[in-house]
Amino acid sequence: MKVTTRFAFFIVFLALALTGCNKQEEAVSTKTAEKPAPQAAEKQVKAGFVYVGPVGDGGWTYAHDQGRQAMEKLPFVKPSIFLESVHEGAEATRAITGLVNKGCNLVFTTSFGFMDATLEVAKKHPDTVFMHCSGYKTADNVGTYFGRMYQPRYLSGIIAGKMTKSNIIGYVGAFPIPEVIRGINAFALGVRSVNPKAVVKVVWTQTWFDPGVERDAADSLLDVGADVLTMHQDAPATLQAAEARGAYVIGYNSDMRKFAPNSFLTAPVWNWGALYTKVAAEVKDGTWKSRQIWWGMDKDLVRLAPLSDKVPADVKALVKEKTAAIVAGTLKPFAGPISGQDGKEVVAAGAVIADADLLGMNYFVAGVQGAIPK
Amino acid sequence: MIDILLDATVRAGTPILFATLGALISERAGIINLGIEGLMLIGALAGFSAAHGCGSLSVGLLAAFVAAMAAGAIHALICVQLRGNQIVSGLALTMFGIGITALFGRGMVGLTIDGFSRIAIPGLSRLPLVGKAFFDQDALIYLSFLLVAVIWLFFYRTRWGLNLRTAGENPAAADTCGVPVERYRFLAVSVGSGIVGLGGAYLSMAYTPMWIENMSAGRGWIAVALVIFACWSSPRAMLGAYLFGGITALQLRMQAMGTEISAHILQMLPYIGTILVLVVSTLRLQKGAGQQPESLGLPYDREDRK
Repeated sequence: MKVTTRFAFFIVFLALALTGCNKQEEAVSTKTAEKPAPQAAEKQVKAGFVYVGPVGDGGWTYAHDQGRQAMEKLPFVKPSIFLESVHEGAEATRAITGLVNKGCNLVFTTSFGFMDATLEVAKKHPDTVFMHCSGYKTADNVGTYFGRMYQPRYLSGIIAGKMTKSNIIGYVGAFPIPEVIRGINAFALGVRSVNPKAVVKVVWTQTWFDPGVERDAADSLLDVGADVLTMHQDAPATLQAAEARGAYVIGYNSDMRKFAPNSFLTAPVWNWGALYTKVAAEVKDGTWKSRQIWWGMDKDLVRLAPLSDKVPADVKALVKEKTAAIVAGTLKPFAGPISGQDGKEVVAAGAVIADADLLGMNYFVAGVQGAIPK
Repeated sequence: MIDILLDATVRAGTPILFATLGALISERAGIINLGIEGLMLIGALAGFSAAHGCGSLSVGLLAAFVAAMAAGAIHALICVQLRGNQIVSGLALTMFGIGITALFGRGMVGLTIDGFSRIAIPGLSRLPLVGKAFFDQDALIYLSFLLVAVIWLFFYRTRWGLNLRTAGENPAAADTCGVPVERYRFLAVSVGSGIVGLGGAYLSMAYTPMWIENMSAGRGWIAVALVIFACWSSPRAMLGAYLFGGITALQLRMQAMGTEISAHILQMLPYIGTILVLVVSTLRLQKGAGQQPESLGLPYDREDRK
């Protein structure tokens, strides 16, 4: 074997491997041109999406893609383009620029880590509208959006509080960041609103995505007596753990009931279509303005997946009532009095935690057992 | 509590154990395999999709073994027959595995199968402490116990094992004695890769019966390090894999039980453990116990003159 042949073979193999590795694929949706030809004056919206994961993750990115498909049903929206599994960093800048160059006049970037890349590209393309999910930086043509997931979390807490017999509820958390902590607190407040004796035990996995560790974390909570589990993770391993041991489980992100057919109660889920259709309409009418959107259940951006038949009728009725109250704005999960883990009051009766404080939440409320690593 | 902890230890350690055993066989023959992470993913996807398609877990297991073995054969071809750079080829194999499983795994996301369930061995499973952990597990875990013993016996009690070790220590000497060095090396890498694939199958068919992109989440790299810790011996690989699995299981349970220790520190434990163990085993290595195969990483060409 000559050195040159060896070298050539190696290059071919490496090229092959790199093609395999380059999983970011451009996909134009299969929307057909069956809709009526638009009037010449009407502005068309061509949207581009940058996803951090694959659309088949069954969780976060999957939910965004469902929203994209809902938006495409609008008559003035041209087939959209999405980019999957884009790495946060330099690759994101290239991906976003690519979408603009392909004629997108509305770009959604759906991960916190795309924040700076979005602003960087937006500066060079002032005529394109950019929407960044879960960030806090805006510009004239960059808005942000996120949902008040804590509202359906609170409702799922009510169900957990009613369903637990051991009064121990397990919560598998990814990272101790405000988004996750807020969800745990809302859940615990929901639990305590119907069952003051119950506690919520928290275990951190320090990963968004490692099915094995998530499974083990869920098992560890079952081992200390939890009989209802919930989680803030991207994989459905917690559901499988609960199903295997006959405990109840509440999912997250999307309806994952087939992973736990006998244990599944409900799941707080995203409905991005509600927001994407609204933003597309604004861009078409020219009424879009840069702002920070934080919608809740009243706008149907977040909701509770249909309750399973394991939930008794009286609990279902209670959840229905509380849902209506949240939608009407009369029930606010973070309204006082709320006390911290040490029992000291953090929010007085009559007061409500401000949005800015919710976005930076870094403490647990009473009823949560676990520590936020400092 | 200790029996529960041991049980969790064995379950968390098993995917790493399979991967370590596979890597160990390859390295015993003198070929470094850094493609473990990719091979685990290939095994996980092949096993899951075959089990889903055929409705049979044994078919899935076979598919996991064969698919990972086929991918490993590419590495073997490059390293053994073509005498390419083993490090680069292994890394390429990992990238290849991550990419190809992401591509072909799309249709499998969100599907479910009934994974391997526990089979209690009568009598033994009721032993205190160790009963649940070692005698009330699924078939794949029993298979891993068997493999540890078989691999040890093969290396130290059979002529083929001796030949294979010689091919890794001193291929020229083996060649002189009439041992077909290339064939031994090729088979060791391929079969070892197949065993790594079983580790992936354990993840997607027993531990968390589902397929999700990149579900091995770095376990392959831990296995690469554990081979060194294990001093290329299968019983020690078992010890290392369980040590690692055990520390992970322990830190999660310490959180669940509500210790005051920071989760960040608990999270570091497995890695601190690995480093400590590496230091200890390296010190032992210097004393001459369980050296690494002498020709590890070196391509062998009969016509090369040293």
